[in-house]
Amino acid sequence: MPFIPHTANDIREMLAVIGVPDIDALFDEIPRELRCEVLESIPAGLTEMEVGRLMEERATRDGRRLNFIGAGAYEHHIPAAIWAIVARGEFYSAYTPYQAEASQGTLQLLYEFQSMMTSLTGMQASNASLYDGASAVAEACLMAVRANRRSKSARILVPAALNPVYRAVLASITGNQDVSVEVLPYDARGGHLSTAALEKYRGEDVTALVIQQPNFFGTLEDVDALTDLAHAEGMLVIAVVNPTSLAVLKPPGEWGSKGVDIVCGEGQPLGVPLSSGGPYFGFMTTRMEHVRQMPGRIVGRTVDLDGKPGYTLTLQAREQHIRRSKATSNICTNQGLLVTAATIYLALLGAKGLAQVANASIERTAQLVAALTRIRGVHAVFDRPRFNEAVLQLDRPVAPVLEALTARGIVGGYDLAPHYPALGCALLVCATETRTAADIDAYARALAEVLDEAAAA
Amino acid sequence: MSKVPADLRYLKSHEWARLESDGSVTIGISDHAQQALGDLVFVEVPEPGRRVMAGEACAVVESVKAASDIYSPVSGEIIAGNAELGGQPELINRDPYGGGWIMRVRPEDKSQFAALLDAKAYEAALAAETH
Repeated sequence: MPFIPHTANDIREMLAVIGVPDIDALFDEIPRELRCEVLESIPAGLTEMEVGRLMEERATRDGRRLNFIGAGAYEHHIPAAIWAIVARGEFYSAYTPYQAEASQGTLQLLYEFQSMMTSLTGMQASNASLYDGASAVAEACLMAVRANRRSKSARILVPAALNPVYRAVLASITGNQDVSVEVLPYDARGGHLSTAALEKYRGEDVTALVIQQPNFFGTLEDVDALTDLAHAEGMLVIAVVNPTSLAVLKPPGEWGSKGVDIVCGEGQPLGVPLSSGGPYFGFMTTRMEHVRQMPGRIVGRTVDLDGKPGYTLTLQAREQHIRRSKATSNICTNQGLLVTAATIYLALLGAKGLAQVANASIERTAQLVAALTRIRGVHAVFDRPRFNEAVLQLDRPVAPVLEALTARGIVGGYDLAPHYPALGCALLVCATETRTAADIDAYARALAEVLDEAAAA
Repeated sequence: MSKVPADLRYLKSHEWARLESDGSVTIGISDHAQQALGDLVFVEVPEPGRRVMAGEACAVVESVKAASDIYSPVSGEIIAGNAELGGQPELINRDPYGGGWIMRVRPEDKSQFAALLDAKAYEAALAAETH
């Protein structure tokens, strides 16, 4: 069988069977004026040689800059073994297979992934992944609306310190689904969500509360108190977490007296390269009582007729090939290849290795904050414990400073001004285990120079 | 042949309804429906207190083959869901008109019940479906 979907011959034969002269005739019912013959904004195709050269040139422009930006995607060391194994033919697929049970190896890997994610998050069931962290948050909110049957309001509370990109995607996905999303302010001193901000909703019908830990500012939230307060008010609790942080922080399944209801997040820190913003993958776990409301594919372990273990897709009645428009989601394509990398990453590092990565990141971030705040005109903004990011206040607008740092080969962080104007000249910086003491010194020297030059100008 | 008790009313979508002495209406799925679905593995019953319209999907039955919505034959308030089905969805396979009931509704308008299919009309609908 050739790996060409239809040859010209196949197409002619198929058209002959249904008695249609050519493919265009199949589109007759679309009025001529609605058809766009040529997409003018899309340039003509390039050859492989031309594309190769173009991409090399662009990569060179990126250069090998020293990176201190996180803001949702994190540069971690990726052992060479991971992508060498992922690239093996047996694993090289972006999808859960359509003839699923014929691919026992892929299903076993996904089952291992799910087991790792339930263990990391302290929950009972995991899906086989989602597109990315942002869409996972939106899917979790829609899931909460289905799962919280005592609530009639479809109201979701999200903290202002939830990643603003996630908030934008949440608005796009839920915008036409009668879900209302309300933003809770962050505490000006701690950068966290105070219980007082949540207390205001006492006695109201609210479907779910989203808590991001660590939040977008890198600040640790008071997750136990928030979870208990939300549960006491009949809300479900959705945790948005950085999977690396769970090696050292309390898993969401243990937050408060009952644990949260849904956990989701961005899986990129687990062995997936930054690569200009994607592809990444999202993950989601939950309690057994809500498993039928969880979107995405789920792999289960079972036994065959001879009693031998085997893997199978399970709980498919929730899915779109069976429930059509009433499925738990119609955009739950997973990211099989990246999940494969994450599973191998976790297997290779183990619990201890992941904790070392998390602890080293906390340490380097603390060193980075200490080094940068020694510079005149630079202050740390929030006073609560952090994970691998921190908000710094500069004495002048951040964007030109970042530009000057880029010219010195340093990606200095994320300018918070567009999303959080109230924070003034605020810069979000990040350090992981990949940043050495020398890297941090180099950044501190460069920043001091840039600020001196700007002050002198 | 599937059983179609003469004292019940039916919907073409295979729900049955029984008028209780207190005026409430008990709802389940017919013997034909449970046979067609096969072994049931999960039932989602509605929360008491919810208001439903006649024809509104308010419960879900999931079998090894498919998941299907259950429509309320009458408008009114849900006053009970069969909690037994949580642990034993197979009650619907075993006893669709008894222990396998799904929910109870307090109807707003008694004439809606009277307008449902009687056993004869439902049997005719089943015969038409299979031919």
